[in-house]
Amino acid sequence: MSTNGETLVTIEDLRVHFPITSGIVFQRKVGAVYAVDGIDLEIKQGETLGLVGESGCGKSTTGRAILQLIRPTTGRVLYSGADLAHLSGSALRKQRRRMQMIFQDPYASLNGRMTVGDIVGEPLLVHKMGDRAQRKAKVRELLETVGINPNTLNRYPHEFSGGQRQRIGIARALAVEPNFIVCDEPISALDVSIRAQIINLLQQLQREFGLTYLFIAHDLSVVRHISDRVAVMYLGRIVELAENSVLYEAPMHPYTQALLSAVPIPDPAAEELRRPVVLTGDVPSPVEPPRGCHFHTRCPAAREGLCDVEDPQLKIVRPGHWAACHLITGDDYPHIRAGENDVAVVDDVAEVDGTAETPAGEGGETA
Amino acid sequence: MGAEQDTLLRLTDLTVDFASQEGTVHAVNKVSFEVAPGELVGLVGESGCGKSVTASAILGLTRMINNATIGGSIEFLGRDLLALPENEVRQVRGRDISMIFQDPVTSLNPVLSIERLMTEGLELHLGLSHSDAVKRAIELLGEVGIPKAAGRIKDYPHQFSGGMRQRVMIAIALSCNPKLLLADEPTTALDVTIQAQILRLMKQLSQAHNAAVIVITHDLGVVAGMCRRILVMYAGRIVEAGPAKELFHHPHHPYTVGLLRSVPRLDEPRKDTLQSIEGLPPDLAHLPPGCSFAPRCWLADEECWQSPPELFVTDPGRTTACYHREALIAGAEMPA
Repeated sequence: MSTNGETLVTIEDLRVHFPITSGIVFQRKVGAVYAVDGIDLEIKQGETLGLVGESGCGKSTTGRAILQLIRPTTGRVLYSGADLAHLSGSALRKQRRRMQMIFQDPYASLNGRMTVGDIVGEPLLVHKMGDRAQRKAKVRELLETVGINPNTLNRYPHEFSGGQRQRIGIARALAVEPNFIVCDEPISALDVSIRAQIINLLQQLQREFGLTYLFIAHDLSVVRHISDRVAVMYLGRIVELAENSVLYEAPMHPYTQALLSAVPIPDPAAEELRRPVVLTGDVPSPVEPPRGCHFHTRCPAAREGLCDVEDPQLKIVRPGHWAACHLITGDDYPHIRAGENDVAVVDDVAEVDGTAETPAGEGGETA
Repeated sequence: MGAEQDTLLRLTDLTVDFASQEGTVHAVNKVSFEVAPGELVGLVGESGCGKSVTASAILGLTRMINNATIGGSIEFLGRDLLALPENEVRQVRGRDISMIFQDPVTSLNPVLSIERLMTEGLELHLGLSHSDAVKRAIELLGEVGIPKAAGRIKDYPHQFSGGMRQRVMIAIALSCNPKLLLADEPTTALDVTIQAQILRLMKQLSQAHNAAVIVITHDLGVVAGMCRRILVMYAGRIVEAGPAKELFHHPHHPYTVGLLRSVPRLDEPRKDTLQSIEGLPPDLAHLPPGCSFAPRCWLADEECWQSPPELFVTDPGRTTACYHREALIAGAEMPA
């Protein structure tokens, strides 16, 4: 994870609006899903930028729009100087060689009718890299790199487990020797004991090949483990962006604070002390995002007449730390604490636990 | 064994096998445990470990699967559910034992209104008239935190968000005052801020209704805050069981150790690499002759490959299926 500070990808005012149409013959546009609604981001060479948020916040759409898998409505995506959003055809394909994607669902993202060798070798074919023998050698090398026995290259995806399929997906992404990989929830479809294997593999590959990752996930613990910097998204916008340690230890945006406090910790003792801020309500629909700050409908600190009127801009609050909140001024920011009703989930257990007894099952489990 | 009134549910050597082309799949392999009235139990394991099949068996759903062979017994309030005829099981299912499914999107029938979904059980099991059932349904929806429930009862599931649908599901599950609630990955499909709401709700309601809950999940964080007792399953067997606090603090089975070590935690310093359990879970049709975890275990030796370990009692209320439990009790750490 060596960052030399050079910017690899610059995203300026990226917006992706999906039209909602009505009518069968003449499709009139009656509205839009504001999936991504004005994002500015810089991804530095060699870093892992974590992008977190809840489902529907636009994080996956952002990843896809950067790679031009979904064409942005407006905005620019600068990749080493070239604006991808305005490239097409062969010019875009040439750039695509340097950026790849690892998908969430290893069951859906591998073509079940292609052999593993063909899947991993296809990008080489598309980009006309090497002759047949060279490609085959390369595929074997790639499979070995990701921990798949190269002798299985004639097998089909269904013969592999979820974790192995994800390794195959990673090998495919690595085939064209990209600099930049968008990892879209690469481990959320995998089993707990397999996740650590894939995370370790991604980190090892980053060191080996000097890769830059945009790591999209909803699991905040995993993002903390893997990322150098973290951006938090809410309803199509970035609300906070900072160095990993800063974001996790001193989050300033109310949403980030609530989000972090909601993550359960696999330790009952720690759970007893945890006082999660339970946000009321649901994430509003991106079809009609609330006016002003998108988070004001659920924000415990929201100020009437300000937060529900004016859009907060993502601005520097400390060196390297960006946040979009009206209530952050200087060193002052809203401290979101669990309210009276927000007692820890475990609270009442703690009392019962004083008796430290398990009523049943002493002998019950002994087979 | 506790006295009869102390035990709500007692599984003894529950075995569920499925016939398949690959051979017999041993989905659940001699699983025994008890649940006391009102108790919150966590059943933890990865996909394919048999945790959901165990739940299906308790609900009497496995008997409907043609290629399933079921052995052992499931005593619920002293009656063996496996020995009851279907019409009597139907009296229990949905009334005394109910279930919250993982995915609120697919498990609520989209062509039925919330009113219909909610009143079906109330009319069938409690014999309420339709208007009484509707009244009760509105109360229940209010209890699970659906605002303006009376105005929303005619709505259909697609008009609710994921978190709200899961609340509806909880309301349906609680509608007949069940004594046992099976929650199969109740928050896996939900976002973290919604998950916190739902977990708190489930816990409050289980106390208010004095219902025991078995939370089935792969997420150790979910059960850590909610359950007092944890059962860890691997490849169809319970490999470790005990009070949550002790089990999380000092696991006595190498698989539990591996699970806990391989998950990054927000309250701990960042590590360079995660410890991981190498390899894959075994094929349930071709289980190794010895301990199912032996091929992935750092403590495995000759003995482990010979015959599967039974559950040994290590502490009061704690059991583990490991020949090397002494080493773990003494504090043997997983190699990095």
